[in-house]
Amino acid sequence: MHGNRFRHNFLTALLLAPATAWLVVFLVLPFIAIAIFSVGERAPEGGYQAAFTFAQYANLPARATAFWNTMVLAPVGALACLLVAYPVAYYLALRAPARWRLILLALVVIPFWTSLLMRTYAWMYILGGRGIPALLAFVGIEDVRLINTPGAVLLGIVYGYLPLMILPIYVSLERLDRRLLEASADLGATPLSTFVGVTLKLSLPGVMTGFSLVMILLLGEYLIPTLLGGGKVFFIGNALVDLFLQSRNWPFGSAIAITLVAVSVVVLIAANRISTRVSGARRVDLI
Amino acid sequence: MRAFVTAVFAFLYLPIALVVLFSFNAGRHASEFTGFSVQWYGTALSNPFLVEALKNSLFIATTSALLAAVCGTAAALGLARVGVRTRAVFDALLGAAIVVPGVVIGISTLVALVQLFAVVNPFLASIWPGDQPPKLSLGYGSIIAAHGLFSMALVTMIVGTRLGSLDRNLVEASSDLYATPLTTFRSIVLPQIMPAVVAGFLLAFTFSFDDFIVAFFVAGAQTTLPIYVFASIRRGVTPEINAIATIVLVASVLLVVLAQWQLRQRKPSN
Repeated sequence: MHGNRFRHNFLTALLLAPATAWLVVFLVLPFIAIAIFSVGERAPEGGYQAAFTFAQYANLPARATAFWNTMVLAPVGALACLLVAYPVAYYLALRAPARWRLILLALVVIPFWTSLLMRTYAWMYILGGRGIPALLAFVGIEDVRLINTPGAVLLGIVYGYLPLMILPIYVSLERLDRRLLEASADLGATPLSTFVGVTLKLSLPGVMTGFSLVMILLLGEYLIPTLLGGGKVFFIGNALVDLFLQSRNWPFGSAIAITLVAVSVVVLIAANRISTRVSGARRVDLI
Repeated sequence: MRAFVTAVFAFLYLPIALVVLFSFNAGRHASEFTGFSVQWYGTALSNPFLVEALKNSLFIATTSALLAAVCGTAAALGLARVGVRTRAVFDALLGAAIVVPGVVIGISTLVALVQLFAVVNPFLASIWPGDQPPKLSLGYGSIIAAHGLFSMALVTMIVGTRLGSLDRNLVEASSDLYATPLTTFRSIVLPQIMPAVVAGFLLAFTFSFDDFIVAFFVAGAQTTLPIYVFASIRRGVTPEINAIATIVLVASVLLVVLAQWQLRQRKPSN
């Protein structure tokens, strides 16, 4: 018996060993490393010098514009995604003909797994000088500037993250017990109050999962503001690329990264709280 | 509502369609389609830097996805055998590996590896008998490892879900009929989870092949296709990029469709 037990545990440890090593070496240790860096100093030639100071955190306002842009455009972008995504998810889950549902769902999933760089590039192409502005000039509307504006960045955000918002909402709506909708209507509720009181409320975990995922990924977004904001709309991601790859101020960059992770954790906790309080369920797993 | 949904799908696909269309444009400009031509594919594929970047990307994506498929599947099988608490810790770490933005994964891996190399390289130099000690640096290895982190977490979750819905009766029947655990695994468990493993591999490959931001930080002197494309886009939009984008988009779509199809396979084929 003892030998059997030992073999069982040994095999379990063997199965988990590579994944554990990977998670520790490439997730846990790197995170500890940037936490240590964030209380250090910049070496004169760039890079890191050991110290214990909160000067890097005190210096965060130096990148106030990046923080401001990100903190405004991330929630606004996530909200815009949500407003577009909800009706689509609703249609897919509750209204679409059964034989179309899987195909439409696949059409949502495909862009989700398709290069964000290439999809953002497509808009760069469309909004750029030879795209829509050239067409507008053709019909007499001159000098329209679309690319390199906050509006272009917002459009890119909605385009890039729409699939990620649709999926969790779809999952929560699809699980919804349809008898509840009938019961609500039978008891004399108007369609609107059924929607608000039953559908919306019960799909809130999906909404919150989608909103927090999109918002967290937007906090670290770099490609969309760079390609569609053209150096005019800076995000935290741009500040991090600058600090790590160009000006090589690693301690300051680490302090920004730690702040970003802290904000992400707050967003996740808040989203969980809201969906637990309103609908009793915690979150929706995507996979 | 149908009109709205149709408009959203058009919004999702028209820009991509436009890039594909203009990759076949004979002229240079986005504003006018002057005729059908595949010349930009020729230009793209005769660009040595681009071909080099493409080869790098294929190598990195294949290696990291293979590693992720093996380690992730092992981890999912291991997690089915541990207690609730160990499982919760693992789930939290795997979730973090998936949710943490690529920028943060990129910089933290960069910082940790550079520190690690600063310790390991002098040590290697001191124990190396010959003149040219091996020197660790950023490159293929660091990109594969950083991509593998996300991919492994993804495979673990996909395979774990599949294991959760495994038919326990078959496993019990197999051991009641005196099959060894290894035989049971090979003939019962593996065929049932295989579609999930394949789907995980394909999605991991797609992720690695498409990723820009993580590789941007840890690539060192190496170039991947997305890094090359990003650099060219910043120099200016050219029809050549439309051709590359089309190739990448078509490849991703095929892989994802294949992965979805695998995930929908309810029963093993034999």
